[in-house]
Amino acid sequence: MTLSILHRVTGVALSVGLIVLTIWLVALSTGAAAYEQITALMQSIVGRLLLAGFSFAFFFHLCNGVRHLFWDVGKGFEIRQANASAWSVVLATSVLTLGLWLAL
Amino acid sequence: MSLRSPLGRVLGLGSAKEGSSHWWAQRMTAVALGFLSTWFLISILLLDNLQFDVVSAWAGRPFNSILLLLTTATLAYHSKLGVQVVIEDYVHGPAIKVFSLVMSNFTHILLAAAGVFAVLKIGFGAP
Repeated sequence: MTLSILHRVTGVALSVGLIVLTIWLVALSTGAAAYEQITALMQSIVGRLLLAGFSFAFFFHLCNGVRHLFWDVGKGFEIRQANASAWSVVLATSVLTLGLWLAL
Repeated sequence: MSLRSPLGRVLGLGSAKEGSSHWWAQRMTAVALGFLSTWFLISILLLDNLQFDVVSAWAGRPFNSILLLLTTATLAYHSKLGVQVVIEDYVHGPAIKVFSLVMSNFTHILLAAAGVFAVLKIGFGAP
């Protein structure tokens, strides 16, 4: 239940992330000076917090999206299965998000 | 007498309207993005660093340019479809709803154009 609304919330957050990604690409195509301005913003405290949030939203939306695709083909509707897949999503999202920031 | 044919008057008036093609496009872009976004993240992580020279050389290689192009275009499409559903579900006034949908469409088309243009510029500018 909670994960369902979180799928929408992270989806909207990732739409904002798409704006950031596009600005980053346009800066990269503009030249070194513009690119360095953007990366400097991303490396600020606020920038890092935003990127951390986007990475969490990304991994959650990806993992829970896979869950939705299984539902779309009619699999995993038993309450026991749905609970198990929900906890798998929470676990996978945590591991991937923490793993990413430890790897950096 | 109307200029509209009986068929033209009823097409799209079923309960699903454009729903099934929206639903299908949402799933197809979702599956594509599962691959594309994973490729993008791993590629970025495998770079030596995120300095301008390194990143632009990476983005300028044809293989990477092509996948980046697909990633930005597919992201904009998937995002457009998702935000549309959110607006339709939570924005209730008819005027504000149509206005929000139009703004969302314009924004997403702008994002797609900007992303695609940037990738092409990097790709064609690469040595």
